[in-house]
Amino acid sequence: MASVKMPQLGESITEGTISKWLKKPGDQVKKYEGLVEIITDKVNAEVPAPLAGILKEIKVKEGATVTVGTEIAVIEESVGAAPTLPSPKGGGEVEKAAAPASPSPVTEEGQGGGSESRTRLSPAVRALIEEHRISDAELSQIEGSGIAGRISKKDIEDFVAKRAQPATANGEQRQTSVPAVPTPAPTPGTTIPLTPMRRAIATNMLKSKQTIPHAWTVAEVDMTSVVRFRQKARDSFKLREGIDLTFVPIIIKAVVEGLKAVPVLNASWSDQGVVLHKDINIGVAVSVDDGLIVPVVHQADRMSISGLAKAIDDLAKRARAGKLGIPDVQGGTFTVNNPGTFGTILSYSIIAPPQAGILAMDAIVKRPVVVEGDAIAVRSMMNLCLSFDHRVLDGVSAARFLQGVRRWLEGFSEQVPLY
Amino acid sequence: MAVKTVIEAIREGMDEEMARDESVFLIGEDVGNRGGVFLATDGLFKKYGELRVIDSPLAESCIVGVAIGAAVNGMKPIAEIQFADFIAPAMNQIIQEAARFCYRTAGDFNLPMVIRAPWGGGVHGALYHSQSIEATFGHIPGLKVVAPGTPADAKGLLKAAVRDPDPVLYLEHKRTYRLVKGEVPAGDHVVPIGKADVKREGKDMTLIAYGLMLTYCLEAAEKLAAEGVSAEVLDLRTIKPIDQAAIVASARKTGKVLVVHEDNPFAGIAAEVMAIIMENAFDALDAPVMRLTGPDVPAMPFNQVLEEAFMPNVDKILAKARELAAY
Repeated sequence: MASVKMPQLGESITEGTISKWLKKPGDQVKKYEGLVEIITDKVNAEVPAPLAGILKEIKVKEGATVTVGTEIAVIEESVGAAPTLPSPKGGGEVEKAAAPASPSPVTEEGQGGGSESRTRLSPAVRALIEEHRISDAELSQIEGSGIAGRISKKDIEDFVAKRAQPATANGEQRQTSVPAVPTPAPTPGTTIPLTPMRRAIATNMLKSKQTIPHAWTVAEVDMTSVVRFRQKARDSFKLREGIDLTFVPIIIKAVVEGLKAVPVLNASWSDQGVVLHKDINIGVAVSVDDGLIVPVVHQADRMSISGLAKAIDDLAKRARAGKLGIPDVQGGTFTVNNPGTFGTILSYSIIAPPQAGILAMDAIVKRPVVVEGDAIAVRSMMNLCLSFDHRVLDGVSAARFLQGVRRWLEGFSEQVPLY
Repeated sequence: MAVKTVIEAIREGMDEEMARDESVFLIGEDVGNRGGVFLATDGLFKKYGELRVIDSPLAESCIVGVAIGAAVNGMKPIAEIQFADFIAPAMNQIIQEAARFCYRTAGDFNLPMVIRAPWGGGVHGALYHSQSIEATFGHIPGLKVVAPGTPADAKGLLKAAVRDPDPVLYLEHKRTYRLVKGEVPAGDHVVPIGKADVKREGKDMTLIAYGLMLTYCLEAAEKLAAEGVSAEVLDLRTIKPIDQAAIVASARKTGKVLVVHEDNPFAGIAAEVMAIIMENAFDALDAPVMRLTGPDVPAMPFNQVLEEAFMPNVDKILAKARELAAY
């Protein structure tokens, strides 16, 4: 017997959530064959079996979160090279033994045939188990009425009907890192089950708001030069690079310049002191079907605008395809969020710990603005909203950062190199 | 509605279609003055005369060949093969010509013809008067094959077959002729080809059958109900084109299916039904799909004990259904 432990899937990862078991107890597993999907920091990772054998026991249910190093499964090593498949004969013999006329509820303990039939679930039974979210613990309570104790569709339906009756007080141990909400009053409506991603977002956001004293400040930026430049460069860029030139890489370039000028914002709070990060790694929030992922552009300070555009395009595509790896979402030192695409003008973002700040780009809107010589002109204006960790820095540094970003953007000209 | 036998319903269907449409005529061995060996055409010779009720020579290839020629020229023949077992001499006409005519002429010609054939066993008919032919002809693209099991469906499908633009093999089970009685809706009652029918609703398992086996399955379902097993009975009615949607819907509903026919199992209709279920409803199954059929032996024996051993019956269906329920 060998135990499979929750692996450490990244430097700062302390726990992981079981997203999906790819094998079930009794299954043969080959060495390096996918055993379980684990979710950490919003990314799915498939964990391979460390050795060949038979999966004996699953110790942590799907949806549960455990710390790194916790035993999650037991594999019985196969002795010989040739794995012995369970002989299908056993079932047949039992079938004959159980005369259809006398449905005696004999549970063959230990005998191969009996236990095998219990775990061999028909497609219909499997579908019902999933639909009604029946746990392994609950399943083991169900007495199979089929041949050799097989659990039939009817057994499951009966169980579900029984379970639906008022409070059997059968304390179900669902491990969750988010405090359980009290059972809602019987108002009409439906409950959307929590996906692992939803749980991860909930945990992170709650932790951030509970531990980081957020402060918030806004700068108004005249984006007219950037807008004009982008309009001009857009088609040729698309032709040459095959991707759209959006405002995001330009803003990130400005943010990188701002962080270079105010390094204390590219930092993390710790009890030992404020940790200043050497690299500037920018997280970019990407909305996906069932939530939000923040992949990271690593070493953004070494990239040109076109390099940033490509990196962001690649990350966003992979995020939407669910193809991000653990390194893609790790190591961020600052985050940029772009709610402006959806027309917002003021956004109060929550910081992604352990970072010290997050910048929201709001919508670029044309407004009458008083310009030099007290004239009024139509300019493309945008609000940049910064949430920052007030433990790490104060308003002055935050304002200096925003000012740096603003100056860089307002001073944008065609001389700024794209490459 | 009036209660009728299957044979009365078929006769009435032909009578009404002949009255409705002058291009409809009958051809077959002894269909004229004799009224057919089972009296299916009794009285029609007197009513419509020798030009529309034609006694043919003892040559099935001639019966079908004449029908094809007439159909190409705008007539709507109903050709009778006295026993389905005798259809073999007409194989070439049916398979090579009738089934492929529309396709071969790129749709320029349809063959609006019906071939009626009494089929099935359980009547001490022995080797040459008991065979099942639905799988053989169901395999041929271009042919439609129907096998009603009740008087209402027998009449409704006969009318649909006459009005269909393509050749339809109309199988009437000999044993049901006078055994099965039922109400037949008054008026112009037409049952669409290609539609199965749930003859009894149930939730624990589905019995799928056609022809005589439908009656046996309904009887078995009644007995199963007394044992606490709720069996749905799906009557295929049409063998080809088979009603996939109805089969899948019922399989999904109950999760357990038993297909019953008296034809031999190899590459039979049950095999096709099981394949449809596996392809479309696997995830809803609670047990392996089962079948109960006649054996893979050359023919139905005459000896009563052996004939009973060959034919599925209510007791055999019950035993198999109990096995399925217990799974």
